[in-house]
Amino acid sequence: MLRFDRPASATGEDLVELHCHGGRAVVAAVLTALGEIDGLREALPGEFTRRALEHGRLDLTEAEGLADLLEAETQQQRRAALAVAGGALRSQVEEWRTRLVDLSAQAEAAIDYVGDDETDLDLVALRNQADELAQEWRAELLREGVRVVLAGPPNAGKSSLLNALVENDRAIVSEIAGTTRDVIEVPIAWDGVPLVLVDTAGLRTSDDIIEQIGVGLAQRAVEGADILLWLGNPTAYPTHPKCVRLHTKSDCHENTSPDILAVSAWIGEGVPELRRIIVEMAKSLLPAESDVSLNERQAGAIEQALTALAGLPNDLVLIADELRAARTSLDRVIGVAGIEDVLDALFGRFCLGK
Amino acid sequence: MFDVLVIGGGHAGCEAAAAAARRGASVGLITYEPANVGQMSCNPSIGGVGKGHLVRELDVFDGLMARAADRAAIHRRMLNRSKGPAVWGPRVQADRSIFAHAVQTMLCRTGVEQIIGEVAELLFEGGRVAGVALVDGARLSCRAAVIATGTFLRATIHIGELTQQAGRRGEQASLRLANQVRELGLGQGRLKTGTPPRLDGRSIDWARLDEQPSDADDWSMSALASDPRAPHLCCAITRTNERTHDIVRAAQDRSPLYSGAIEGRGPRYCPSIEDKIRRFGDRDGHQIFLEPEQLGTPLVYPNGISTSMPGDVQRAFIRSIVGLERAEIVQPGYAVEYDFVDPRRLRSTLEVKAMRGLFLAGQINGTTGYEEAAAQGLTAGLNAAASARDLAPVSFDRRTSYIGVMIDDLTTQGVTEPYRMMTARAEYRLALRADNATSRLGAAALRADCVGRERAQLINEHLSARERAEFAATAEGQADALYAPYVERQAREWAAIETSNVKSIPPEIDYASVPGMSKEMAERFLAVCPETIDQASRIPGVTPAALSALHLAVMRKAA
Repeated sequence: MLRFDRPASATGEDLVELHCHGGRAVVAAVLTALGEIDGLREALPGEFTRRALEHGRLDLTEAEGLADLLEAETQQQRRAALAVAGGALRSQVEEWRTRLVDLSAQAEAAIDYVGDDETDLDLVALRNQADELAQEWRAELLREGVRVVLAGPPNAGKSSLLNALVENDRAIVSEIAGTTRDVIEVPIAWDGVPLVLVDTAGLRTSDDIIEQIGVGLAQRAVEGADILLWLGNPTAYPTHPKCVRLHTKSDCHENTSPDILAVSAWIGEGVPELRRIIVEMAKSLLPAESDVSLNERQAGAIEQALTALAGLPNDLVLIADELRAARTSLDRVIGVAGIEDVLDALFGRFCLGK
Repeated sequence: MFDVLVIGGGHAGCEAAAAAARRGASVGLITYEPANVGQMSCNPSIGGVGKGHLVRELDVFDGLMARAADRAAIHRRMLNRSKGPAVWGPRVQADRSIFAHAVQTMLCRTGVEQIIGEVAELLFEGGRVAGVALVDGARLSCRAAVIATGTFLRATIHIGELTQQAGRRGEQASLRLANQVRELGLGQGRLKTGTPPRLDGRSIDWARLDEQPSDADDWSMSALASDPRAPHLCCAITRTNERTHDIVRAAQDRSPLYSGAIEGRGPRYCPSIEDKIRRFGDRDGHQIFLEPEQLGTPLVYPNGISTSMPGDVQRAFIRSIVGLERAEIVQPGYAVEYDFVDPRRLRSTLEVKAMRGLFLAGQINGTTGYEEAAAQGLTAGLNAAASARDLAPVSFDRRTSYIGVMIDDLTTQGVTEPYRMMTARAEYRLALRADNATSRLGAAALRADCVGRERAQLINEHLSARERAEFAATAEGQADALYAPYVERQAREWAAIETSNVKSIPPEIDYASVPGMSKEMAERFLAVCPETIDQASRIPGVTPAALSALHLAVMRKAA
């Protein structure tokens, strides 16, 4: 039995931990015995975290990270949640905030110190820097999306299908060049569901081998897939819990099998239907929307910040206003706030005033 | 027995006295020197970006500053014209003597009684201000008092190695009142501000300098048409150079700023020339605007080189500047250091939380600038009259006015350096334009019952004009349309804040006993005593943990 005195305990209250020998029977017996003590009850869901928050033992982002951790079901989710609980999110957001504050300071100096000869502002450079930030946020929001892997033999039309799938959504596509050889990953969001479309084009070792080994080799290629789009032989497909078999190039070849979706990247047949299927499946894979390192509230805040920076207007005052809106949104993630930071940056950087 | 006594006849004091009188109060204004009432002690200009907004706002309440500035204007510029209308900043150079005279005349018309003397102490009765005692032994009773002593509390002037007790050059400091303010536990510390040397315009080589003409079009500070206008003059621009900087650098050990003689913190946004050179050593020059001070006199104010260097150093560096090679200094620049009060001790009406009937306005609250002082004077005056005569208080909020932004910043954040208005401080900047002050505040001004007939008529006409379709074609209507989508978004943000505002914090809350509240955080909250969670969230340095702990505690209490 371990005793933790407040306020240094995990919740900030007096705490006792009972460690018992393994075995359900022992645990059940202890619980029964405890249950007979008057005024003692089981904790409500999240109650320990809430108490820690109430007693100032955790800050908001840490508490949310912990909540995600407790809910996390997969190894990947657990890693993401651990990063949040450890403050990785906080330092990332702080880094973004510093850059944003600097942009704000430039804009504000040009507004409030008109006539000071050093506040001439390079609006183009300012907008470019804001764009870079927006790109990073966009990538961050989509980074942890559900992996949708297109697999199949070469010339099955994977790349064409991928292009057809993302075509209409160019505006919210951020193409990130794969770091590993020439795998192409396209983060995208449909219906608010974050996805990463993966084209396995780069996995071809040799056409012959793929065709020969078929299912066996493809199995490895699709190991990391949450959803598999199979564009190959409809009867010999890899084992995968979420596999969608596709009959491609339906404009050239008649689809003979009714339970296989026919698509044509060329004329667009079946593409909207496929998107719908992917979203349905992806939703079922994201039980508590905790598969991303950002929880709903944090992602929402960053998305708002992104909206503010995306497509900045051409007017300095409006730009300054959007930068402020983005700052306010980021503040909602980590909770620090204030115009003073902007003024500090402004006066540290420019010699202003008369 | 006066309803309201105002101590000090600067911009805050004059506005306070006039505002209280406009609400029907009997008002006495106590000053050392009636000739200096309404004096511009530093730069000869009114307005600017952010500051011009304040002037337009106080004008809606029939404040004095905008009309006096119009009357005295000898040069006008609408700053930021190339940017959006939200940040246009009306700024005028004002003739010192016409300005002070205009203020004095208006003050006189409101029926404010001038009392010559120095206040020795405030008198209290049952936790409420009851009057003041003057140094000569006289006692005056009142129902409310406004302290608007500017830089005069325990003021010290520095020129190089010389220091003297003075609130303004040639005028005595106020020591006894300063002691009482400290004893009452209001004093927070010392601040510093400075002013440049004044030059004799006849010794300036104007031909070598770039001219800065006045605006060609005719706009005014006040929404009310003004009396005859003064003739307009040109300003000129020059700049410091490497030689100037070498002279200042070589004399650094003689500057009271670095010798330790000055302890108060000066404003970052209005640095002395010695500070500019020290902090931005890589710059090869700093701009100087040469601004005429007064028609019929040669006095020129060199804007941009405030300094507390010794007189001989001032003369040497001035003469290193193009156009000023033979310039004569009429009056040396100096720094002034003074006591200020922690404005977090004030309500949004500028009444001291712990002392009913006592109001503070202007530089005493840690601000700098005529416009900031005047806007606080207006607020304190309107509310001192309310306190004395049992009228409705008048508060300004962040969403509808720069005055509201300033007062909320002061009372929530406190100050560590002299506070100056900047548009960056206003999160609802797009809605708070200099051209729509009447639309924003007209109804509030009518409700406060503090405006004359002419103004009331103008406000009513303007508000009904807004309802008509033709309004869309006016400059204000077009600016409204330009910002409409953004202003709507901000209105939604505001609505969200309003919801959280419902969670008001009970004043009796014991921060130290809130679970999970660290001692440091409890102290930060205690220093402000925020009225709502929203206000609490703007207190600097407050962590999300402390805020959520407070939030939870308030919710538990309400349940």
